[in-house]
Order: sequence, then structure tokens, then C-alpha cells
Amino acid sequence: MDLNDTPEQAAYRERARSWLADHAGEAPPRSGSSEDTAYIDARRAWQRRLAQEGLAGVTWPKEYGGQGLGPIEQVTVNQELSQAGVPGILDVIGIGMLGPCLIAHGSEEQKSRHLGPMLHGDEVWCQLFSEPAAGSDLAAIQARARQSEDGSWTLNGQKVWTTNAQFAAWGLLLARTDADVPKHKGLTMFIVPMDAPGVTVRGLRQISGEAEFNEVFFDDVVLDEHAVVGGVGNGWGTALTVLMFERLTIGFGSESFGSPTRLAQTLAGDPAACEHSGIREAFGEIISELLAVRFNGYRALTALARGQIPGPEAGLAKVTLVNAAIKASDLGADVVGPDALQADSEWSYLISFLPGLKSAGGTESILRNTIGERVLGLAPEPRLDKGIPFSELRAKEREAVSR
Amino acid sequence: MNFALTDEQELLREAARGALARHKTIEAARTALEDADALPDLWPLAVEAGWPGLLIAEEHGGAGLDAFDALLVAEECGRVLAGVPLLGLLPATAILNAAGDESLSALAAGEMRAAYLPARPPGDLETAWTVEAGSGLRRAEAPRAALDGSEVVLDGAVAFVPDAPGAQLLVVVAEQEDGTSVAAAISADAQGVEVARVFRYDATRSLGHVRLASARGRRLEVSPDALADAWYLAQALIAAESLGAVQSCLEMAVAYAKERFTFGRPIGSYQAIKHELTEILRRQENARGLQYYAGWARAAKPEEFPLAASALRSVAGAALDFAARANINIHGGIGATWEHDAPLFFRRAQLSRRLLGGTHDATDRVAERMLATAAA
Repeated sequence: MDLNDTPEQAAYRERARSWLADHAGEAPPRSGSSEDTAYIDARRAWQRRLAQEGLAGVTWPKEYGGQGLGPIEQVTVNQELSQAGVPGILDVIGIGMLGPCLIAHGSEEQKSRHLGPMLHGDEVWCQLFSEPAAGSDLAAIQARARQSEDGSWTLNGQKVWTTNAQFAAWGLLLARTDADVPKHKGLTMFIVPMDAPGVTVRGLRQISGEAEFNEVFFDDVVLDEHAVVGGVGNGWGTALTVLMFERLTIGFGSESFGSPTRLAQTLAGDPAACEHSGIREAFGEIISELLAVRFNGYRALTALARGQIPGPEAGLAKVTLVNAAIKASDLGADVVGPDALQADSEWSYLISFLPGLKSAGGTESILRNTIGERVLGLAPEPRLDKGIPFSELRAKEREAVSR
Repeated sequence: MNFALTDEQELLREAARGALARHKTIEAARTALEDADALPDLWPLAVEAGWPGLLIAEEHGGAGLDAFDALLVAEECGRVLAGVPLLGLLPATAILNAAGDESLSALAAGEMRAAYLPARPPGDLETAWTVEAGSGLRRAEAPRAALDGSEVVLDGAVAFVPDAPGAQLLVVVAEQEDGTSVAAAISADAQGVEVARVFRYDATRSLGHVRLASARGRRLEVSPDALADAWYLAQALIAAESLGAVQSCLEMAVAYAKERFTFGRPIGSYQAIKHELTEILRRQENARGLQYYAGWARAAKPEEFPLAASALRSVAGAALDFAARANINIHGGIGATWEHDAPLFFRRAQLSRRLLGGTHDATDRVAERMLATAAA
């Protein structure tokens, strides 16, 4: 058991570190508003620099402009970026999840057209999966694409929780192309140009008042036949590839998220808090759980580097992390008092942000269902949607509500 | 980066599991509640496997392994509620090994048993070494020591000492008049030493109340760090036992949730049951990550071992509390009957959380370490 780098890994780290030491001054700040165009442009430019230096697309195959390296090198880059105090790539969703999906399922034309500009930040991507009535039950999506005689598709519907849609050039969209078959079967994945006529992006304000996500509306948006990724009717399988890479992406980031340092400093700065047994107990529990997530991250990374695909149990780390972060923000704010709820307090942003994070990437309850069924082998909840054509299912749902 | 068990560690664990499986330890845990003599003597098994010498250097006849290996063995013992006296013995051998004591080869060979009298190192809310009191929340003062040449004269009492009954050698951490710590090895049959055997709720745990009245032992030349290390080692060991017991609770409860039907479907299909089981798994995996952290830290980053061991104790202790109760809940009424195995794990949970300073104490130590780091 060894947390140190191998000589090759150490050399790789050193290369990344020395380049970052020379160029950190040219980087934009780590965080900024997604509504600030100048900031987003600076982040794109920084992503381009990182891509040129081989610090973006680390795990992408070389033939698509990546480095062809493993998850450990990706984590090494993440650690060095964080150490240098600079942001990483802007398009985490594109490079981490959508690009790998195109590499796996896209046509040669799609790959050669899209992967390069994606990697270099010239074209940012967004993920158009979730809908107001389809989140955890993703296969219940209703966005509809109909094919015309000339082979083109007409898209109608609404997507939600879309990060980066306001400045994305492209979206990867899951639509229903056949409502007369059971719901997982009639789905198809499309590449959608975000500047196409009929696409409307609207910011979605959250508890904090900020709009980090968007709603995206599609009104008679026309797509050509080459927009299909992975074949008509194969959308569910294509989507699962994206979701698998989503688990990987979350895993790569888990080490830096939920840093206990600020909480510890806040408590340490308040003598009454330091001697308050209830506060100490809550603090000790939070720290212990965050340590568990960190060292489980090393276990998962080791398994990944050995070629094992992370299973649904990876979601347990997310459950622990989010709940520990919620407890941490509550505890920090308890020590500070009501001033912690002022908009300019470091705690207020977290307090407003975390309730939504609990449902990000699937609600906690659904995550626990999946883990119970796939990892522990428990029987699934009885389902009322199996084998029923989607159109019939929708009719039944509407009838049940109106009754 | 390689954060996985080595092949040797996997083998050690499998060998431990295989050896323990030859004894009906769980059945014995129930019988022993009414007849203490019914417990199988697992000491020959431990000696044959080389467990007493796990932490003793090879030059003294031991295996010279890391604490990590001991944690894996403790986990397997905990999984089947096996009463192997390692919780008292291994921290004692760690101190004796640091001192290069004369008893080491006899201990490694299993010809003699030692028990560690747990003493909690001073922290920022406590400025002295403290030990388990007979009752109540307040910790007792550590035994008093007076030096007399190479001998130490000891006075005091330590309650609930794991594996003290049957140990020939006691390893005592004591405080001198001026507050400095001192360690001594003292024969259990020396004049002024009294070991009273006690059972509490879990018959597989052998405990003793130890009294020292002007008892003389030999001084062990070890640093205060080595004495603190023994405390954290004991924390990690009892936590590893708990982790093993959590796994058994989860296995039992999952098996039952698959075969028991209500309203026409297996109870494991209900979200209420499924989520309770997933919560056991979540807590188990968190304890597992911290077991790796503690095992790795003691060898590779000893300055982090107190934090790692305390976090492990906190999380694994809470995990067993949760798992033992959930296992009973999921079984329903039958899970709360004498003949069922679930209550045996519940008994283990109930006693474990109150030994060696208690689980809450470990949680507080995690807070203390982090606050001290942040303030520095």
C-alpha cells in the first residue's frame, strides 16, 4: 500500500507542476460568474492553453488529441491545478462525459468535426437529458423528435438543469423517437447546435438567486439525419455511457470537494466553540466522514487504475460527501450566527447551494434504491411501467391524476 | 498510488477467516451468556497462526508485521464474535517491543500473555493521562508511579481492562508526581496486584478490573509517543472488530430481506428496508476506508495515526451501533429473541461502544486534532 507516485508518475507530476509554476499568473480566477462573458472567455482561453500542454483530455485516446493516460494521471493534474490555485478546464461536462460518449458511439465524421474544438474550448458542450418530469427516471423523457420524409428530424420539448447552456455551441440531447414501444426502447441521442432556430435558453435561478443552470426549450428545431449519435432507437444505451463517465468525473473531483479547512479555522477562531462538547462532537463526526470519503477515493482510484469500472456503490461516497457538507455548513453557520446567512458570507452560498446538490445526478433516494438492488442484490420495487408502450403509460398517468 | 491490500494481506485475512470458521464461535457466544466455560479456547489457534507475535520484531521471534495486518485479523475475529485475546495483547506487545523487553520471545511464542492497561493520552481538554473508571462519565486518574532504580512502584486502579484475566504480564502506563508518563511491565501475580474478572452483557469479551497497591514492576524505557501509540492502536483494533461485526450484520439482514415475504413480495423490495440496508453498507464502506487509512498511516505517516485511528473508531463504532439495531429491525420480532444471532451482535455493539474511552471520546479526539492543526 503506497500513496506515493511511481517514478513515471512523479516525472509527469513534475512536468505539470513546473509548467503551472511558470504560467499560473496568466490564469483567470478559479471561480467567477457564469453570466460574465469576459470571465467565460478567459476560462475558454485557459482551457486551450491546458489542452496545448496536454493537461486537458488526459484520459482521451491520443488519436483524438488526448494523452492516452490513466485515471491516476488525471487526478495528478487535478491536484496540481488545485495546488497552483488555478482553474481547470471550463468544459468538464464535454471533456469528462460527452466527448468520451462521442468517442464510444459517434461516427467518424462526428468525431473529427467535434472532438478537437471541444478539447480546446472553442466549442463548449452541454448535456440535454433531464426534463421537468424526468430526472431520476430519465427514460421517462418526453422531448419528441419526428423524422420527415427527407430524413431530417423535428425536435420539440423542454430540458432542464442544463449547465453551461447559455454559452454552449452544442448539446447532446436525448429525445423520444418512438412512443409506441416501451420507454427505454424508443429513445435516440442527437447532437444539437445551440444556435439553431427554435432553441431558447433561459437561466434557472436557484435558492441563492444565482442562475447556475438553465432551462432549454425546443420549438420545431430541425436537425439533419447526421445529428443522430449511436443509431436510432439506441439512445438509452448511449445515455448509459454518459452516466458511467459522469460517475468517473465525480470520482475524480471528490478529493478536493468538501475541504474541512475553513470549518476548522472558523471553529478554532472561536474559543467557546472549541470547548463546546456538542460542537466538538458534530465537528468530529463531519471530519471523520470526510476522511472516509478521501481514503475511499484512493481505494476507488486504485481499482480504476487496474481497469475496474466503478459500480453504483461509487454513489455512496456522494451521499456521504453531500450530507457531511450540509452538516459542515450548518455547523460553521451555527458558530458564526445569523450573519452567516448574509449574502457575502462564505457560509451562505453553501447553505443555499447544497440542498439542490442532494438531487444532482439522481436523488439520494433513487441512488439508495440502485445500490440496494445492484450491489446488495435486493429485489426491485414493483414497477408499473415495464413492457408498456410509452404512449399508453402516459395516458394511464394522466388518467390517474385526473381521477 | 496503490491503495489496495497486498497479496500477503489478502492471504492473511483468508487464513484467519478459515481458521476461525472451524469453531462455532457465534453459537458459543450465546451459550457463554449462561455458562462462561462454554467459550472455546481460541488461544491455541491464535498461537498457531502467529497472531501473538504479529507486532513483535523478528529478532525477538515475532512476525514483525504492521498494525494493518493486526487490523485485518481483528476484523475477522469481530466478524464471528471470536473471543481471541488480541485487544489487550497487541497494544501491550507494541509497547514491550518498543522497549525491547525481555518478555518478547515468550510472548511471541504464545507461552505468556500480556494485557495493556489502557491509558488515554492528555489532550487539550485534559492535561493528564486518564484511565477507565469503574462507573460514571468522568475518567479516572492514571495510576501513580514512583521510580525505584530500574523498578517502578505503582498505585491506582484501571477498570474494564480487555483480556486482563489470564494475562501473566500487565503493561501499565502511569504518571509520576511531576506529571511525566512512565511505563512498566508488571507480573500479574506480583504482590499488590489484583485482577478481578468481569463480564458485561457480551460474554465473548474478557475484561478485568485491575488494582495496583504499591505493586512493583520493571520500568520500560519508551517514549511518551509509544505510549500514546498503544492507545490509538487499541482504538483501531476495537474498531476493526466492529467493522467485521458490521459485515456480518449486513449479510444476515440482506439474506433475510431476500427470503422473507410480506404482502406478496420480498421485504428487501420495500424502500424502507432497502434504504436501511444501504445505510449499513455506506457506513461499512466508510469504516473500511478509514481502516485502510489507519493501517497505512501507522507505517507510512505515524504523525497522522492518532487522527486516523480516532476517526476509524468513531465511524466503525457508530456503524456497528446502527447495523446491530437495523439487523434486529429488519428481522422484526424474531430478531429480538434469545435464540437468534442478531442479539449477539447487538450485545457486542452495546459493550464495544463503552469500552476504551467510548466511541464518543474518539470522535472528540478527531475534533481536537483538527482544531489543534487549524489553530497552529
